[in-house]
Amino acid sequence: MAASPAYGEEKGGSSSLGEPEYGHDPASGGIFSSDYKRHDDLKEMLDSNKDSLKLEAMKRIVAMIARGKNASDLFPAVVKNVACKNIEVKKLVYVYLVRYAEEQQDLALLSISTFQRGLKDPNQLIRASALRVLSSIRVPIIVPIMMLAIKEAASDMSPYVRKTAAHAIPKLYSLDSDQKDQLIEVIEKLLADKTTLVAGSVVMAFEEVCPERIDLIHKNYRKLCNLLIDVEEWGQVVIINMLTRYARTQFLSPNQNESLLEENTEKAFYGSEEEDAKDAKAEAASLAKRKPYVMDPDHRLLLRNTKPLLQSRNAAVVMAVAQLYFHLAPKAEVGVIAKALVRLLRSHSEVQYVVLQNVATMSIKRRGMFEPYLKSFYIRSTDPTQIKILKLEVLTNLANETNISTILREFQTYIRSMDKDFVAATIQAIGRCATNIGKVRDTCLNGLVQLLSNRDELVVAESVVVIKKLLQMQPAQHSEIIKHMAKLTDNIQVPMARASILWLIGEYCEHVPKIAPDVLRKMAKSFTNEEDIVKLQVINLAAKLYLTNSKQSKLLTQYVLNLAKYDQNYDIRDRARFIRQLIVPTEKSGALNKYAKKLFLAQKPAPILESSFKDRDHFQLGSLSHLLNAKAVGYQELPDWPDEAPDPSVRNVEVPEWTKCTSREKRKEKVEKPFYSDSEGESGPTESADSEPESGSEEHSSSSSSGSSSSDTEEEEEEEDSREQSEDKEEEEEEEEKRPKRKDKDGSRKAVSGSAGSPSEEEEEEEGAKKGKKKAPQGRKGHAETSSEEASTSESSSSGSDSGSEAEAKQRKVPPSSKASSKEISLLDLDDFTPPPPQPIPSSSIISTSLVTDLEGLTLTDTSLTPTLLSPAFSAVKTYELLHRMAGEGLAVEYCFSRRPFPGDPHMVAVQIQISNNTDTEVKNLRVNEPKPLSGMRIQEFPEIVAALWFQSAWRQGTQPAW
Amino acid sequence: MCFQQKMIHSLFLINCSGDIFLEKHWKSVVSQSVCDYFFEAQEKAIDVENVPPVISTPHHYLISIYRDKIFFVSVIQTEVPPLFVIEFLHRVADTFQDYFGECSETAIKDNVVIVYELLEEMLDNGFPLATESNILKELIKPPTILRSVVNSITGSSNVGDTLPTGQLSNIPWRRAGVKYTNNEAYFDVIEEIDAIIDKSGSTVFAEIQGVIDSCIKLSGMPDLSLSFMNPRLLDDVSFHPCIRFKRWESERVLSFIPPDGNFRLISYRVSSQNLVAIPVYVKHMISFKENTSSGRFDVTIGPKQNMGKTVEGVVMTVHMPKAVLNMNLTATQGSYTFDPVTKVLTWDVGKITPQKLPNLKGIVNLQSGAPKPEENPSLNIQFKIQQLAISGLKVNRLDMYGEKYKPFKGVKYITKAGKFQVRT
Repeated sequence: MAASPAYGEEKGGSSSLGEPEYGHDPASGGIFSSDYKRHDDLKEMLDSNKDSLKLEAMKRIVAMIARGKNASDLFPAVVKNVACKNIEVKKLVYVYLVRYAEEQQDLALLSISTFQRGLKDPNQLIRASALRVLSSIRVPIIVPIMMLAIKEAASDMSPYVRKTAAHAIPKLYSLDSDQKDQLIEVIEKLLADKTTLVAGSVVMAFEEVCPERIDLIHKNYRKLCNLLIDVEEWGQVVIINMLTRYARTQFLSPNQNESLLEENTEKAFYGSEEEDAKDAKAEAASLAKRKPYVMDPDHRLLLRNTKPLLQSRNAAVVMAVAQLYFHLAPKAEVGVIAKALVRLLRSHSEVQYVVLQNVATMSIKRRGMFEPYLKSFYIRSTDPTQIKILKLEVLTNLANETNISTILREFQTYIRSMDKDFVAATIQAIGRCATNIGKVRDTCLNGLVQLLSNRDELVVAESVVVIKKLLQMQPAQHSEIIKHMAKLTDNIQVPMARASILWLIGEYCEHVPKIAPDVLRKMAKSFTNEEDIVKLQVINLAAKLYLTNSKQSKLLTQYVLNLAKYDQNYDIRDRARFIRQLIVPTEKSGALNKYAKKLFLAQKPAPILESSFKDRDHFQLGSLSHLLNAKAVGYQELPDWPDEAPDPSVRNVEVPEWTKCTSREKRKEKVEKPFYSDSEGESGPTESADSEPESGSEEHSSSSSSGSSSSDTEEEEEEEDSREQSEDKEEEEEEEEKRPKRKDKDGSRKAVSGSAGSPSEEEEEEEGAKKGKKKAPQGRKGHAETSSEEASTSESSSSGSDSGSEAEAKQRKVPPSSKASSKEISLLDLDDFTPPPPQPIPSSSIISTSLVTDLEGLTLTDTSLTPTLLSPAFSAVKTYELLHRMAGEGLAVEYCFSRRPFPGDPHMVAVQIQISNNTDTEVKNLRVNEPKPLSGMRIQEFPEIVAALWFQSAWRQGTQPAW
Repeated sequence: MCFQQKMIHSLFLINCSGDIFLEKHWKSVVSQSVCDYFFEAQEKAIDVENVPPVISTPHHYLISIYRDKIFFVSVIQTEVPPLFVIEFLHRVADTFQDYFGECSETAIKDNVVIVYELLEEMLDNGFPLATESNILKELIKPPTILRSVVNSITGSSNVGDTLPTGQLSNIPWRRAGVKYTNNEAYFDVIEEIDAIIDKSGSTVFAEIQGVIDSCIKLSGMPDLSLSFMNPRLLDDVSFHPCIRFKRWESERVLSFIPPDGNFRLISYRVSSQNLVAIPVYVKHMISFKENTSSGRFDVTIGPKQNMGKTVEGVVMTVHMPKAVLNMNLTATQGSYTFDPVTKVLTWDVGKITPQKLPNLKGIVNLQSGAPKPEENPSLNIQFKIQQLAISGLKVNRLDMYGEKYKPFKGVKYITKAGKFQVRT
């Protein structure tokens, strides 16, 4: 047992404890009286008042459980302590409870009320842990209680509790699958959750409870894509795998036009270079001809947002992205995963094992992808054999005309290895290279023949088997080798090799007419001692010789057939009978006799040496099923691409409230900052009341400010789609080279895109986009520039449209070139909302009261770490609703504290107000009506805005001397 | 009806002699007998390294890793990405290492309660919950000698009584309220050369893999940015989650709020276009004679292209062929050992001085009558070069934002041999 000093001391003299427990005494878990005594001892300790004694007892009990010993008779004594104050005792009681509750259901019920109380605790962590334990108790009676608790927790304020609720769903489902429908409701609700904390867990629950309900994903698809980067790593794996399946059902194959050619490619796969070249030409031709395929922007979104995760430190995440790309990406883009996979080969050997299996499958389909990394698959003598064999597989798959000489030289080193299994595998690999690449066939064959004089029998045997296969391709030229091999029958004992030699001699007996009968003579002599597989080949040889050279071999054949007739193995007896009837002409034998020669000595096609990884890619890569090459329990088939794309509009999300836009802003931001983004600080449970805003802590780079500025754009998903669609069209050809620039462009376009709501505006939008494009290269020089340019672009584009224009208070105050100007607000898609009739605007006085009260509570202590000048920050800041769209009859007002000093006056802070007009009429004469600030506050008014749909203003407050 | 349970069902820890010394179930209990399938596979594999990581049994799948002489065998019931489980098991082993200083059977047995508490927190219903060491340490304090003494007197526990706020934090890798009197930030740039050198001394394959390990002891919430003189060298990089990817993409600057304590900031591969300077060369003459059942062994190691730095910590290990009975060698420098059971020759050379090259030579005794080994063994070399990053990578500067104090900063460079093999 535990030998830590503390533990030892406390144990004191109790001799029944300690070492013996860990000893190998099989009886110690049994029924001996000492056990009873010991348990009495523990019970006493558990009943005592002292926490330290209880703790000690619990520790011992847990140690027993860990050893796999039965401690169930202590249940009543333990369960009493479930409400213990001491947190460690409590935790250990939980451990015990979860382990044994199933066995002691009635007693376990005693503890339930404690957890129910815990569920109501004001502390979120206690609520979560109560739910966690409650749901882990596998007692069917409490199913209704669990259901209720899960439902309640699913709408808890705290995202952490909601996460726990998501975890509890599969537990309940496994306890009682009748709850499925209700659980699906909860899952649906949690899927809509916008926090990264919940996303991974709820998708996990989805995968376990209702993976077939793909329709639940539609509305959350874009959100999941955008959140992905900030989800914890385990959740990422689950989400990526689920999205792979989803994408397969919803999008069209990006390689659909090539897929027609695929068979063709496959055939030419191991072919000569000319064939390859021809193939490439054909492909190119078809590319030119093909009808334009436009990738669904959502499909693109998924590919774009997963790519940065290739740089994760978690091998499982990298693999998940790799398989996603392999299954979903256009051929030209799959290459990016190779580098990351090769990196994983430096990891633990188990990781290598799994990765190499997957690389082996991929390298068959897409050889070019790994060719640059050929040398990374070279084998070291210290690699474990299973890794060596997998690397060999990959090397063989990668072999082509250009690199074959390098690979063969490498193989030559391997053949001398001490690891004989590996040598055998190398010989097979050489055989495969030889069959696949005609140029080196003779070289390989000569090399293999040399191996026939190897001292190790296994090596010789393997060579024989491989040579046999190679000789089948051009037997006429190689009678020397066949003669050589015939001599080997005297020495070689490995049955497979003997059988191979015999088959060869039989098949090509006409090439070695003198030797063949002699071999048969020898084999007839040792027939009874041979293995079954050899015996069958002896019969075969005899039959063939009988047909070609009956004069010399008639008697021998009779003799062999007689021996076989009485063999123990019925296969051999059968074969002997069958052959006798076929070859020995009797009056009874039928018409077949005439054709015997044709039957036995027909031209046989040479075997195709194939990789065992061929066609394994019908399993989803990275899955357990793929690894085992067999369908594992619960494996979800990867569906084939649909022929017709399902309606993409199902993924459109109507966002009825402004509040939701906060989250969408965040999502935007994530598109901009794909990986562990600068905004990591806010990416977490920002929505939770408990979390402290990490605002602005990241804004020390201009790049991030440009990121957040564009993220700020308020736009509908549909807009983005239409925009991206056009982008895709435009860029298809230039995609490759433009890739790096794309980000900048995206940024600028995002800023622009806001105006693109209705189709009529699309032209303008595209103009704007082009402008953005032109500017992109410039923008690369410095981000600050870009951002200002973006701003101006967006301005120009927006001014072009009548329905969407913007006014920016700040932009008027600050010269447009400064950073602040990048804080443009983009436009809202007006078509998205059903336009209510124009209504008078409610008086602003009501509004401002709530704002002022909020202002009172505003503290500026946790402001940005780096004092930047007024720069866009509101992506990072929570916005509050002032006036809901419905209440305001189409006018929505939101405000946020940007937590920035106002540049004009150090005693003031900026408050940004966004007023959005959801009607199709103009809102006129916006101004601050009668500011009624609380004492100590003052407001700097902004000039009246005559006609605006969008504007933002800066209010200042003078209460905070800290600035 | 059978309910499908995803993810990790149970975990068994097994030592090299085949004892199951710890078991933990996250769902219903799975009998220990399931491990028999594992033992079967283990027997078949002969070598511990060759136990397949994934074993299929009639009702379960076993996914295992081998770390520090312990098998971590997890029981799975349904389809799950194998790497998911493997990666998780390695994290478990890492956590033990982190908590107990070593991941050994004794350490685990000594701290069985902590191990159990850790496993309880790391997985919920078989799905990873808290794997970040920083969160775990808030929940369960690692044992120290002092604490166990104090605990035994006061009866207090090693479970943190503060609530694990880290789990709720936006920056889950850093705990709040960190305080140090000396604020320090150290970065170790460690580069490893993986190479295969062929018989004639030419390089078959060489590559530089590097990591930056950090030890950050800074109070509060520091925001660091680390820049390089030549970031273009880094070809393929993988990051700790704390690094802001966007900054790296756009400016090639590592910007992050660091975890507290030791962690691996990035690992990278140096682009393959750069030629790798191999810092040592090996002259070797190994031959076996057929009739006399003996052989000659003569190896010299010398430095080259090491930019004026000394090569030290040189160790050569050779797996000799099975037929080798014993070796009688003389080393001009350092000492050698030959284990006749495992047939491993180890030569601890130490520092190489160019004036006097270390040499090891002598006679190899072979089993009489046995055929002479066909292959000469490969030589595995380890070495270390201080104050040098072989790729030429250099840290430009480290800036800290967000905190007022002035930290002490340090960068150390080391080049080591990774998988460095000389074929003979």
